[in-house]
Amino acid sequence: MIVEIGHYALVLALALSVIQTVLPFWGARARDASLMGIGPVAAVGVFICVAIAFGALTWAYVTSDFTVRNVVENSHSLKPLLFRITGLWGNHEGSMLLWVLVVALFGALLAVARNMAPGVLRADALAVQGLISVAFLTFIISVSNPFARLVAPPAEGQDLNPILQDIGLAIHPPLLYIGYVGFSLVFAFAAAALIGGRIDAIWARAVRPWCLIAWAFLTLGIAMGSYWAYYELGWGGFWFWDPVENASFMPWLSGTALLHSILVMEKRDALKVWTILLAILTFSLSLLGAFLVRSGVLTSVHAFATDPGRGLFILAILVFFIGGGFALFAWRAPLLKTGGLFAPVSREGALVVNNLLLATACATVFIGTLYPLALEGLTGDKISVGPPFYDATFVPLAMALLLLIPFGQALAWKRGDLAGAVSRLLFVMGLSIVACLAIVFMQHGGPVLAVIGLWLGIFVFVGGVNEILSRSWKRGASLSVVLRRAAGLPRSAWGAAVAHAGVGVCVIGLAAQAWSIETLASVRPGQPLAVGPYEVVLTDSFSRQVANYREDVARFHVLQGGAIIRTVDASKRFFPARNTSTTEAGISTIGLGQVYVALGDAGEHGLGVRLYWKPWVLLIWIGAVIAAIGGALSFSDRRLRVGAPTRGRRKQPAAKDATAMATVAAQ
Amino acid sequence: MSQRGIKLPVAAAIALGALVFAASPGQALQPDEVLPDRKLEQRARDISLGLRCLVCQNQSIDDSDAQVAQDLRRVVRQRLVAGDSDSEIRAYIVERYGDFVLLKPPFNARTFLLWLGPAIVLLGGAVLVLWGRGRSRAGAPALSAAEQAQLRKLLDEREREPPT
Repeated sequence: MIVEIGHYALVLALALSVIQTVLPFWGARARDASLMGIGPVAAVGVFICVAIAFGALTWAYVTSDFTVRNVVENSHSLKPLLFRITGLWGNHEGSMLLWVLVVALFGALLAVARNMAPGVLRADALAVQGLISVAFLTFIISVSNPFARLVAPPAEGQDLNPILQDIGLAIHPPLLYIGYVGFSLVFAFAAAALIGGRIDAIWARAVRPWCLIAWAFLTLGIAMGSYWAYYELGWGGFWFWDPVENASFMPWLSGTALLHSILVMEKRDALKVWTILLAILTFSLSLLGAFLVRSGVLTSVHAFATDPGRGLFILAILVFFIGGGFALFAWRAPLLKTGGLFAPVSREGALVVNNLLLATACATVFIGTLYPLALEGLTGDKISVGPPFYDATFVPLAMALLLLIPFGQALAWKRGDLAGAVSRLLFVMGLSIVACLAIVFMQHGGPVLAVIGLWLGIFVFVGGVNEILSRSWKRGASLSVVLRRAAGLPRSAWGAAVAHAGVGVCVIGLAAQAWSIETLASVRPGQPLAVGPYEVVLTDSFSRQVANYREDVARFHVLQGGAIIRTVDASKRFFPARNTSTTEAGISTIGLGQVYVALGDAGEHGLGVRLYWKPWVLLIWIGAVIAAIGGALSFSDRRLRVGAPTRGRRKQPAAKDATAMATVAAQ
Repeated sequence: MSQRGIKLPVAAAIALGALVFAASPGQALQPDEVLPDRKLEQRARDISLGLRCLVCQNQSIDDSDAQVAQDLRRVVRQRLVAGDSDSEIRAYIVERYGDFVLLKPPFNARTFLLWLGPAIVLLGGAVLVLWGRGRSRAGAPALSAAEQAQLRKLLDEREREPPT
């Protein structure tokens, strides 16, 4: 019964989302406030209905209702409760339901956030968001129904893919989807602005908070996915330039570009055409990611045909929204007036270069991901594009971008002074070079590229810290005055500084991996093995039965100077329900670094192990979290919460006071 | 083992749409495969990292636990011991498996767009930016004679008015 209620709620959500699309759009054209007023109500209704559907499926999973096909295929009655719940989105149908839930959530948030956007813009944005709900709800109901029942239900489920039975599945997909789908609202705003024909600083201010939320969550989602891969896959890698990873990285890159160009639009009324284009592009890339992953086209061009219903449906959604977005853009963009002028050397100029580099980086990932598919589709030739390609193309772009960050922050709006910026950065440059050289000296040298990367990371980090210091510290001022001034800086200034510092921290962690140490050997109990500054020794091995799997555990001690400082377990798990096994790496965190133990096969010389010492590896993910916190800080800026200016002031959005405020805020 | 190498990543990628599935779990390079000669072993590792495990998604043979990957690792090491150069070994493996096995695709008639693509985008973007700047500077046209006259008139009027 509950399952049927869920199914029914989904159909109701579809009907309501049609209302959410049609009525506010009509109302906005007819300037009918009551029609426009239906939009928010419908949006909240859609969210409630989808939430009921989601709850119903969750119920089916929690109670192991094996009359539901989706539950049978992805769950098992012995599975721990958490994994029974998370198994919901560990499969195609369930994850699409999660996707729609987030689409509806953002629609409802916009509906509730009353004063965040002017009336017509909000009505149109709700309509477009409703249209996105319509598309995906139709997809789910017609070809991807998670509520389908089985005529002859089995007694036990087939269990979830063991790799997915992990806390990572609880965290990573929801974060990633909030990020992906958050950009749907940004897209909705872009389409609404193009329909309404009003594209100005008010639009930028209304969109920026949504863009910040989406970006922060996407950042966290990608970072958590990377850490999950790192500890679950068991060979110490954390980024593989895999097409599935790239699918999430592309919207991140273009979303980052959008975050910066939207700033120029808000402060200076410039880069309008480009910002709108980026808003459309970012969501298009999110959709493309969904298509690439969902259609099976990645495995092989031909796998796409194995489930043409779904693949083609998603392709149709993709074509409709991307095509529609660009058609609107082509129709309206020529009408846009160019905004504020600025000198090449200025904050705006730096942000233009930032956007050029980010867009190129995004295009590079795009080409690297899709070129093999296109080539195979066109000529039948198969090639592989792996990490060496990205090392040669993406990394130089990223390095140029990192180098730019502190300079961009040191430049004034409109007309900057390069010599002045350099002199302001002399201290930052000096400090970062000294710190970098000190680290390299202690490590007895290292690869040139890694040293440069390390310096860039420190440079960006110190630059971020300096951002706050230079604005709050004055010669002769007491500490309390400095602290008060720092606390008084706008949250968006803090946000930018913290986010940039986070990027720096992440880059330091990435560069530090050049100093990681790998040891490969067969060991017997009691026989120590050196890895970096530590020794690892196998002490014990045993088997145990846990929930729905059996586990062979190898226990190691980590020694430093002969003393035991950590105990770490590495294991192999066998899941009888799927007749598969996984290996669990043993990871021991020491400071910011980790000792990583991966098990191999037992042979005549003992147990095969692959050991790593990964110095500062945690900085990679800590940096990403710091960057996301920066996004959240910026989101909490008071100016964004106040919302759109009142009617009287709206007439001159880019007038003197707005610009003056922007200049103050951005210094 | 080899079956796991194929099935898990594919199933998982289809299942979730998340990031984890670049590889299957398990054992990559094993201790007993390692060559005693450190220099040769380092060369073997460098070559292995550039060769794709044919049945996995974007995984090098060094990191893969698939049987095919293990076979290729063995081939690489046998050839190294036999005294082949790095490029000879790569050529030997490409001859058998095609360009697909190289994680770094060669530059040729079929891949020049891949390799030059980023540079083309960067240059094209730069040209667009410069062109856009030129256009926006020209976008504010000079005042016509009539407008100039009107402006002068307005300014004159304002001068005549007593300051308020």
